[in-house]
Amino acid sequence: MAKQSEKITVMRSQLGRVRGTGAAHAGAHHWKAERVTAVALVPLTVWFVIAVLSHLGTDQPAIAAWAGRPWNAALLLALIVLTFHHMQLGLQVVWEDYIHVIKRRNAVILATKGACLLLGLAAGIAVLKLAAVAH
Amino acid sequence: MNDIRDALLVARDSQHGLIRRPVSPHIGIYRWPITMVASILNRATGIALCAGSLLLVWWLVAAASGPQDFAIVEGFIASPLGLLLLLGWTASLFYHLLSGIRHLLWDAGTGLEKPSLNPVTWLVLALTFVATVLVWFAGYMALGV
Repeated sequence: MAKQSEKITVMRSQLGRVRGTGAAHAGAHHWKAERVTAVALVPLTVWFVIAVLSHLGTDQPAIAAWAGRPWNAALLLALIVLTFHHMQLGLQVVWEDYIHVIKRRNAVILATKGACLLLGLAAGIAVLKLAAVAH
Repeated sequence: MNDIRDALLVARDSQHGLIRRPVSPHIGIYRWPITMVASILNRATGIALCAGSLLLVWWLVAAASGPQDFAIVEGFIASPLGLLLLLGWTASLFYHLLSGIRHLLWDAGTGLEKPSLNPVTWLVLALTFVATVLVWFAGYMALGV
């Protein structure tokens, strides 16, 4: 049994403890966001695979009408937003692991975020257009 | 030498020549546990899906642009290269999905016990294969070819 008088020295500063950001200097936000998007993507991905399977071989008007229906458009938009958010979070970790020159790493991460944002916007706008013209 | 840490990895052999110290895990003598394969595959399929997402964007944008553009995408997907990419995309999607669920269970604090690690990992690989085959079988049945 440890003696009550035993003194434990904590090297960590009280400011660091209060900030709670740990060794990454950014807290657990990135890690949590990766998991939350992953949880949401599980049902969305299953829905999307089934939806694509049930529309195989159909022509553009049929796909456009399907994607334009409000609930389908909403689920597609959710899938797009969460997919590209999850993607840039995941790619960031990959770059952080393999690119050791900080300036180059940050440049690549920023380019990745920009590309994911543009691709997500393009896909989202396509869905919104289909939703706007669908009958 | 471009990193200060490299200094610790350099040593001299018995002939006084400079050598690099081995780092762990030393791939040459390391038997790959299935969990290590699964971990690498999770990242590899994640990167593959980034490329695959271009197909999703192209498909949606073409659907919103009109029948001509959509026919180009459909033609590409139906080509041998397109089908091969779609097969890789399907397998990557199912692997990343199932492996991701495994990771989420670990994050929730379950399944980290040694006896369950390997069976669950093999199960993920088996289910990936089954799901991919099932979806492609269903697809060809739906198309009637």
